[in-house]
Amino acid sequence: MMPSWPALASQAFNGLALGSLLALVSSGLTIILGTLGVLNFAHGALFAVGAYAAVVMLQYTQSFLLAIAVGCGFMLVLGFLLERFIIRLFYDRPDEDQILVTYGVGIVLVESVRAIFGGNAQRAPTPSWGQGATQLGFLIYPTYRLQLIAIIAMLLLGLYLVLYRTSMGLVVRAGIENPRMVGILGINLRRTFMLVFAIGIVAVGLAGMLYAPVVAVTPDMGANFMAQSFVVIVLGGLGSFPGAVVGGLIAGEIISLTSAFNSSYSEVMLYALMALLLVLRPQGLFGSEGRV
Amino acid sequence: MSLLEVDRINTLYGDSHVLFDLSIRVEEGEVVALLGRNGAGKTTTLRSIMGVLTPKSGEIRLGGKPISGLAPSAIANMGVQLVPEERAIFGGLTVEENLRVAALTAPNAWSFERIYGIFPRLKERRKSLGRTLSGGEQQMLSIARALIRDARIILLDEPFEGLAPLIVRDLVNVAAGLAREGRTMIVVEQNVAAALSFATRVYGLNNGHVVFEGTSAELTANPDLARDFLGVGA
Repeated sequence: MMPSWPALASQAFNGLALGSLLALVSSGLTIILGTLGVLNFAHGALFAVGAYAAVVMLQYTQSFLLAIAVGCGFMLVLGFLLERFIIRLFYDRPDEDQILVTYGVGIVLVESVRAIFGGNAQRAPTPSWGQGATQLGFLIYPTYRLQLIAIIAMLLLGLYLVLYRTSMGLVVRAGIENPRMVGILGINLRRTFMLVFAIGIVAVGLAGMLYAPVVAVTPDMGANFMAQSFVVIVLGGLGSFPGAVVGGLIAGEIISLTSAFNSSYSEVMLYALMALLLVLRPQGLFGSEGRV
Repeated sequence: MSLLEVDRINTLYGDSHVLFDLSIRVEEGEVVALLGRNGAGKTTTLRSIMGVLTPKSGEIRLGGKPISGLAPSAIANMGVQLVPEERAIFGGLTVEENLRVAALTAPNAWSFERIYGIFPRLKERRKSLGRTLSGGEQQMLSIARALIRDARIILLDEPFEGLAPLIVRDLVNVAAGLAREGRTMIVVEQNVAAALSFATRVYGLNNGHVVFEGTSAELTANPDLARDFLGVGA
């Protein structure tokens, strides 16, 4: 059955919100993979940790921005600690070991959250400036979701500026392409690994914090996001930041628009698109051929 | 004391032994050519010096200080710079960004203008992405990245491979100019005539051993030598 136009438009906006969130989650994942060579299976768990950080902070302060700022500081420290004491020990180990250890970290994080907060869903209040709905003329849409899209757009712009306008970003982009040549040019790439990892963790944590007021916050909330963000970085090209952004938006729209027709097919469509792209363009939309 | 001393190194690629007690010396201001058949160990020698490969035994010294075993980044910051065979341009970075990455850790980095004075073509293409450059332009950029770091010794691995004769001529002129200014270089090249046109001294390699050592003039005067020992025509 054909859904109504307002319903479709509403789903298109949902797709934009989900897509921008996926873009933020995936850009952290893809930059960590491209630079450190580590596929971070704890990414979904860190999304949930971010959401719980927002829940906790919002119990202490009315200010959503303050809660987010403290939450980001927490994620940053968590990222530094994970890199320094766990991930760093695995750079020279085989891929399977890296997958196992990050997967293990993910389990420990999720179960720690469950042990502290229990398995019941928690709620984070919508910020005072994001209450209610906004009249868009053709559509009435929840205000906070519109703000969510705008906030994430600004965060992605910030990430773009770091990657494309700073020396550290220059080193990261060169390192994603050819880490050995970066070393031959006198740069100790590993010194930037801790910062890159922490930035990726803050990005996914922020996504969790911003999403918390929209959904039920549970320990397992990140699992689905992680699976989808793996699809996103394959779509966009492994290690490509523009690829993660565009791939995230495409994935968000496909999931949401398919749901307007039949929600049980939304994930199927996403994986079908990934399969098709892998046949036609195995390196992904923005990936260059031959890059590992 | 020589600027660079490679002292009886043995280097392995996995299980295969490539260099056998190989020793070479390079004096300050000298251009040395490494010649030999495919698989003779020329590229492996350069990679061992750069630290990309670590010799299993033997020692490499720069200005008397041992460098074997250090990371490539540390060796680069002591003034050694490999221009690899595959050129290894960062394709998603512009020409100028490639140069900026190279200059980041160099204390006496050259200005872009000085680089562009040597390679005017790179100035025209400074905003272009690395992957859009022609083979000759990529090679210019690869050499330029070594120059902008003001390297004390530049290791050129097959710099003329696969390039059109006119571009080879231009690059040979650039290399000859650097040689005249006293820039120390080691060049590995299949194009023996091109290499001998600016190299002062030659090592011939065969199966990971040094089988010939002499001046470029000796080799040019004695083409049979090159044929017999190296399987290459001078």
